[in-house]
Amino acid sequence: MPLILDHVSQVYNADTETPVKALDDVSLVLPEGQFIGIIGHTGSGKSTLVQHLNGLMLPTSGNVYYNGKDIADKDFDKKDLRKHVGLVFQYPEHQLFETDVFADVCFGPKNMGLSKKEAELAAFDALRKVDFPTELYYASVFELSGGQKRRAAIAGVLAMKPDFLVLDEPTAGLDPVGRYEILDMVSALHKESGMTIILVSHSMEDVARYVERVIVMDRGKVAYDDTPREVFTHEKELEGMGLGIPESTRIARMLKGKGIDVDPDVLTVGEAADSIFAAVTGRNK
Amino acid sequence: MIRDITIGQYYQTDSTVHRLDPRVKLLGTLLFIVALFLYKNPAGYALGLVFLLTVIKLSHVPLKFITKGLKGIMIVLVFTVLINLFLTPGTAVVSFWKLTITYEGIGVALTMLFRLTMLIMGSSIVTLTTTPNNLTDGLEKGLGFLKIFRVPVGDVAMMMSIALRFIPILMEETDRIMKAQLARGADFESGNIVKKAKALVPVLVPLFVSAFRRAGDLAMAMEARCYRGGDGRTKMKPLIYKKRDAMAYIILFSFVVISVWIGRWSVISGFFNSIYSSFIPK
Amino acid sequence: MDIVKAEDLVYEYIRRDEEGNPTDVTTALDHVDIDVRQGEFVGILGHNGSGKSTFAKHLNAILYPTEGTVYVGGMNTKDDDKLWDVRSCAGMVFQNPDNQIIGQVVEEDVGFGPENLGVPTKEIWERVEESLRAVGMLEYRKKSPNKLSGGQKQRVSIAGVLAMHPKCIVLDEPTAMLDPSGRKEVVRAIRGLNDVEKMTVILITHYMDEVVHADRIFVMDKGKVVMQGTPREVFADVPTLEKLRLDVPGPARIAWELKKKGLPLPDGILTAEELVKEIEKCR
Repeated sequence: MPLILDHVSQVYNADTETPVKALDDVSLVLPEGQFIGIIGHTGSGKSTLVQHLNGLMLPTSGNVYYNGKDIADKDFDKKDLRKHVGLVFQYPEHQLFETDVFADVCFGPKNMGLSKKEAELAAFDALRKVDFPTELYYASVFELSGGQKRRAAIAGVLAMKPDFLVLDEPTAGLDPVGRYEILDMVSALHKESGMTIILVSHSMEDVARYVERVIVMDRGKVAYDDTPREVFTHEKELEGMGLGIPESTRIARMLKGKGIDVDPDVLTVGEAADSIFAAVTGRNK
Repeated sequence: MIRDITIGQYYQTDSTVHRLDPRVKLLGTLLFIVALFLYKNPAGYALGLVFLLTVIKLSHVPLKFITKGLKGIMIVLVFTVLINLFLTPGTAVVSFWKLTITYEGIGVALTMLFRLTMLIMGSSIVTLTTTPNNLTDGLEKGLGFLKIFRVPVGDVAMMMSIALRFIPILMEETDRIMKAQLARGADFESGNIVKKAKALVPVLVPLFVSAFRRAGDLAMAMEARCYRGGDGRTKMKPLIYKKRDAMAYIILFSFVVISVWIGRWSVISGFFNSIYSSFIPK
Repeated sequence: MDIVKAEDLVYEYIRRDEEGNPTDVTTALDHVDIDVRQGEFVGILGHNGSGKSTFAKHLNAILYPTEGTVYVGGMNTKDDDKLWDVRSCAGMVFQNPDNQIIGQVVEEDVGFGPENLGVPTKEIWERVEESLRAVGMLEYRKKSPNKLSGGQKQRVSIAGVLAMHPKCIVLDEPTAMLDPSGRKEVVRAIRGLNDVEKMTVILITHYMDEVVHADRIFVMDKGKVVMQGTPREVFADVPTLEKLRLDVPGPARIAWELKKKGLPLPDGILTAEELVKEIEKCR
């Protein structure tokens, strides 16, 4: 079932002298099965936006629909929505509270009303999906490394078997390898189980490498909503939003500007190297 | 409801009252409260009220903002009034079921209402016109004499000031953790009290873990910046009495002396008592 | 003169059971030799758990060596009498911007260090002003830290250390929790300190692009220094860096890929501009 945002606005401190428009007339259709990246500068409204997807925040004006129903309706079952739309917050390891990892991952499915056994099976499945080391299933949270805690926390949301997995800056504070491990894992979830992934990030590099659709947020509005290649053609505008484009793309365009026939739309290091090599050696011949 | 309590909030503006030394304001509040309990007749309260309103006017804090603070403790006020109204023995005005309202009860209830209202308004002015930091400094310096009794005043003041700085951060964190657990299907609203209390465990545990982590980090950062207790520290903004503080002290003491003197003046008290007792049927 | 000198430094974390008997020993620093000269910008790189933060804590006498010696400003950090001199000599900025700001107003936080050192009031004000100016935060002096962005908070923390007039400043992953623009502003402020104020800077990070302009780089792994040299020397060896779980800057990686394919590029390309210039030469 798609999630539909229809002219959604969110105003903080509406009754004061300094109201803040965190979301300003946002309309989006988020169908199942996509891998979507939401990027924006800090304060662009991206974190506010994702809290509307599972009903943690309700719009001050406009509507959010899931399964054809308005999530702000009184009889709408928000718990059911949260089962289908899993939201992983920034630094999710800060929410771990149980004595061991496995018990913590069981928290979500138990809240969904599953029996102990069903919850444990779901937790087991989720921990396996995030490649969590088996020998640490019953370890205390305090014994884990930063990356392992992050995985455990993501498993805690995955265990509810959501159709949508929304991750708010899942790589914040991790080192490069930890970062790619998490992103590769998320990408695998998308490929293998067809789960819809919504990845909130401020890293163009991450987004370019993984997603099929980019939503660029700027000052509460949707600035662009397209494929990465298409979005990155707006280099100047993106820089104005404090975002910029992936470095590989930037280098390719600098070379193009010097008259070297490089594909200006490359996204990754590998693509850039291939295209530059072809262009340079082609000329040399 | 918590938001309605203005005690402890700071109202940012510039005024004579804001600029006063926190020690003046603290001592002033203390004296004002003492005076309130020494008055024996309405003339005293009237003087107290005039004083209070003058200070509020000088502080540039809207009266609405101060009265809003009363809302938070409305229950306490109503409770106090009712208790006094019904439980004071004396000449009955009306009587129904097992309850009796007496003339004396009305008198005591009104006095209490007046006293408490003025007490709360008076003390909220201190916090409304003084930044928490300034207030801490005032307490530290004002209670400095306790050092003789080996009370670590400086360290306690530092703790207070750090606590004040971290309250908004921990509030935000609580909100974030609650949302994260809601996203995992937690339910904080339904069920009885026991169930609700249990539902808070997934919020409180991470909150405590985080608070301890922050405390550890902060202790390390403070040591790295050479904090070694209150001794030997200098102050960036030392409290120094200015001319206006001396003036304020003079006005304050004169007000207290005069208002208490008039408030306890037997001639006036007698006059009010005779009016008052003429209402009571013989 | 060496501001910081670590000689054969070993540090072991010892875990103990309830009776206090050691159960597990982890060697966090394994015979480390690092020296930093006055006015240098030194980068220390390594992934999480490589020992780089443990090293940083030795420079401020938060941790003491199990073996070997650390000298800061010529003082042995183990010397208890010199503890506060060591701490005011090597100022320290930590990772989490929220957990190191003590004051409720920016300028009061910056004044915290000098207050602890017993600096006279008038001089505190001068130091606060000059430190906030050095990191470009002077206009925020009356603001509450809670209202600042992460990058701004870190700049306030740097000012707070500067106001203590240290001989060198140690930054332990100051950008790990910031967004790209926050990272940029903090790195710019750090470079400014080194270029303009000639402050000795030790920047500990896992982002390699932050130390491209450093004078020297030490790369740590499993408690050991595994690579050292100028950025050009270190970044030329892309495969080793990738093996060490470090994020090689984009231009250096593209240059490496092109060289592997046979393009005659020189070693040690660091920036996009250099890369473009060198590729142009290949035409």
